[in-house]
Amino acid sequence: MNAALASLARRDFLKIAGALVVGFSFNANAFAQQVQGADKSIGKTLDVTEVDGFLAVNADGSVTIYCGKVDLGQGLRIAIPQMAAEELGCAVDRITMVEGDTALTPDQGPTAGSTGIMRGGVQIRQAAATAREALIGLAAEKLGKPRAELEIVDNQVRPKSGGAGVRVGDLVGDKRFGIKVDAKAPLKDPSTYTVVGKSLPRPDVPGKVTGRHKFVHDVVVDGMLHGAVLRPPTIGGSLVDVDEASIRAIPGARVVRIKDFLAVVAGSEWDAMQAARALKARWTGGGALVGDAGVRAWMKAGRFESDESLVKKGDAKAAMAGSARRLSAEYYWPMQSHASMGPSCAIADVRDGKATIWSASQATHRFRMTISRLLGIPPAGVRVIYFDGAGCYGMNGHDDAAADAALLSRAVGKPVRVQWTRQDELGWDPKGPPQLLAMEGALGDDGKIAAWRTEMWLPKATASLPNMPLLGPESAGMSQTQGITTGLITQNGNPPYTVAHQDVVVHWLKDAPLRPSNLRAPGKIANGFAVESFTDELAAAAGRDALDFRLAGLSDPRGIEVVKRAAALIDWRARPSPGPGGIGRGIAYLHYKNNETYVAMAMEVEVDRSSGAIRVRRVGCAHDCGLVINPDGLKQQIEGQILQTLSRTLHEEVRFDRAHVTSVDFASYPILRFPEVPQIAIDLVVRPMEPPLGGGEAASTPVPAALANAVFDASGARLRTVPFTPDRVRAAFG
Amino acid sequence: MLTLALNVNGSARTGDVRDPAEPLLFVLRNQLGLTGPKYGCGLGQCGACTVLIDGEAVRSCVLPVGTVQRRAITTIEGLGTEAKPHPVQAAFIHEQAAQCGYCANGMVMTATALLAKNPRATRDDAKQALAGNLCRCGTHQRILDAVVRATGVKA
Repeated sequence: MNAALASLARRDFLKIAGALVVGFSFNANAFAQQVQGADKSIGKTLDVTEVDGFLAVNADGSVTIYCGKVDLGQGLRIAIPQMAAEELGCAVDRITMVEGDTALTPDQGPTAGSTGIMRGGVQIRQAAATAREALIGLAAEKLGKPRAELEIVDNQVRPKSGGAGVRVGDLVGDKRFGIKVDAKAPLKDPSTYTVVGKSLPRPDVPGKVTGRHKFVHDVVVDGMLHGAVLRPPTIGGSLVDVDEASIRAIPGARVVRIKDFLAVVAGSEWDAMQAARALKARWTGGGALVGDAGVRAWMKAGRFESDESLVKKGDAKAAMAGSARRLSAEYYWPMQSHASMGPSCAIADVRDGKATIWSASQATHRFRMTISRLLGIPPAGVRVIYFDGAGCYGMNGHDDAAADAALLSRAVGKPVRVQWTRQDELGWDPKGPPQLLAMEGALGDDGKIAAWRTEMWLPKATASLPNMPLLGPESAGMSQTQGITTGLITQNGNPPYTVAHQDVVVHWLKDAPLRPSNLRAPGKIANGFAVESFTDELAAAAGRDALDFRLAGLSDPRGIEVVKRAAALIDWRARPSPGPGGIGRGIAYLHYKNNETYVAMAMEVEVDRSSGAIRVRRVGCAHDCGLVINPDGLKQQIEGQILQTLSRTLHEEVRFDRAHVTSVDFASYPILRFPEVPQIAIDLVVRPMEPPLGGGEAASTPVPAALANAVFDASGARLRTVPFTPDRVRAAFG
Repeated sequence: MLTLALNVNGSARTGDVRDPAEPLLFVLRNQLGLTGPKYGCGLGQCGACTVLIDGEAVRSCVLPVGTVQRRAITTIEGLGTEAKPHPVQAAFIHEQAAQCGYCANGMVMTATALLAKNPRATRDDAKQALAGNLCRCGTHQRILDAVVRATGVKA
């Protein structure tokens, strides 16, 4: 027994919950938290090294989990309770999970990078295992039995041999564990799992399909007003003057101006929207944007920050020069919007030196520090409470809307709700950055890839850019915190195959054409598009079947397995590409971030030669992320990634002119529609003895290349620029 | 202020509006507490705000509230509850046909209108009926599965 558990057995560690509560109250509100009654625990520890940071066993035997990661629709709300339930021996439906509330949940980092389970869940699992050992220790004393003879089943510690047990609620009951998370607390043997690995339904789906689930858009705070912000007609423009009389017809509507930050506040949502439309203001300056058509040339010409070598193996230059069969090609991925279904929304209550923010932020703890600095309120006085937004695939406008609300609430001294419009969201959300990749490859005499070179042009991480910071504070002339980054956008720029000589370099651009942010699987979708399309070009040049060519370059058995299984899902038959025409098939493979999930995708498409229209008929995906917590939840994530990335590949490019974004609705920024939905088959490679890896991003990455390769196989047309519009397809026929 | 008499989910309700052009969506959400219908675009392009008016699926974000007095308005709350879901909602739950769930209102309401007219709708019928409803998370396949399940006809 280690020291922590020894102290546990003495039972004197348990502290009455109330005794620890720090005397800090947030602005009172009837509807502060998604989880009713959660506010009673304010003052609990948020320490990630403490069991009490993550979980509490209540007197009735139910369990509360405090999770710093949030459910954005990806299913953590069931998966993480499953992981905890398995270790604790309690029923999943006796667990309630509080998410992303800076007053209640530990800082587990942003919900980003496909780390919800592999980092966040694993952390909570270890806390649960520690708690289980503690509970068994307590029960051993109470029952007078050796620890080894006890187990926890159905929220009860009982002898393995049968007989009377003791309920966990009676052991701890509303008190605290007061122990550190023990990194060595044993985890259950996966072969004995009864909860992990089961496709349990998500608890929020019934509420979501009956209109009862509360989104941030639905939160009502007592006495709140409605705000709407006017952005300059030209990006970067400044406000000259405003005609406050122009909204006089709308009772109760008033103007808030802080330097170039211009907004209206009114008593109702519609009045705020109407006032924003009616308000007359004059603006000047700004603009001189590069425009969507000019981005590619602008990237090449650069204002470069630096060059960076990402991969260097052997001597690619010499090997390239020594080969008679060399290929080169350039690939381009445009700026894209998050295009979340609901425009961003937030509520802020900034009064009496305190701030409470209700937000769909994917990083409430980080955002709390941002708000603290912006408003000059110490972090202890700022609470950010997560409520579901309308999908989050990276940083959309959620933090901008929350900053807008905070500025307005401070200005008017009342809680203010800000609801962006559709035009605000598509016009002003920070965009997925543009990516340009030039590839060079050489084939050896053996028909394999002998040398490889990837050259990338990318906007530098936004921390160093002038235009990343949040919109509202920027126009209000406030000193800004550093922006977040675009994510690790250089990963997977190298081939996932054995290539003796390779170079991957990036030319970092100083600026970005529009304010960039991280968008699902940041960078790696475009990199996968280029790398796996170019691999296909090399296979075709070698006259080899695309599947055989890949398998010949793979040695990792987990990679080989997914590639073979994906191909089998669409009944792959070996032959070189292009095929006889009409219908074609393509394949692509990625090892996510080079050390996480293995994923391969095979696609069957039909190309209409006269119109250039692509119809995706079938998609097969084989996916290996190690231990799978909830197979159906994982499948849903993969389905979503396939369809969302098909949408991005087929349809999406942010349009902008010299003044502003022009693709500001779903007519000018179209996304995938139901008639385009293909058949999808998913094959999960389940490896219970391996650690769980991410399932929320990897399957996005092979989609564009699998599609482009299938189009090539069907038509001989090689698509290297996204989106694959019918015009582009026809042009590629030559 | 104008007081409008509305028939919502079988009950007589009133909405106080300054402007009869205010879309029904905002009256439902902000005055009647029916937040199931969602604001997605305000342009009738995405379907998140869909309600039934006399049984027809309609975009409430572009429907002036002044035009729907004496019409039967059904919102998603009027179909069923978490404990007692409507058959279409039960099928969505069975198929776990929601990720973020923001579009789910429009999917459920449009599917309900479709199945009221065509109880044996096929997967292709559902694709066409839902062609104007957008989903960003990529839940389309499960939504189609749910519609087919709700017909009770084995696919």
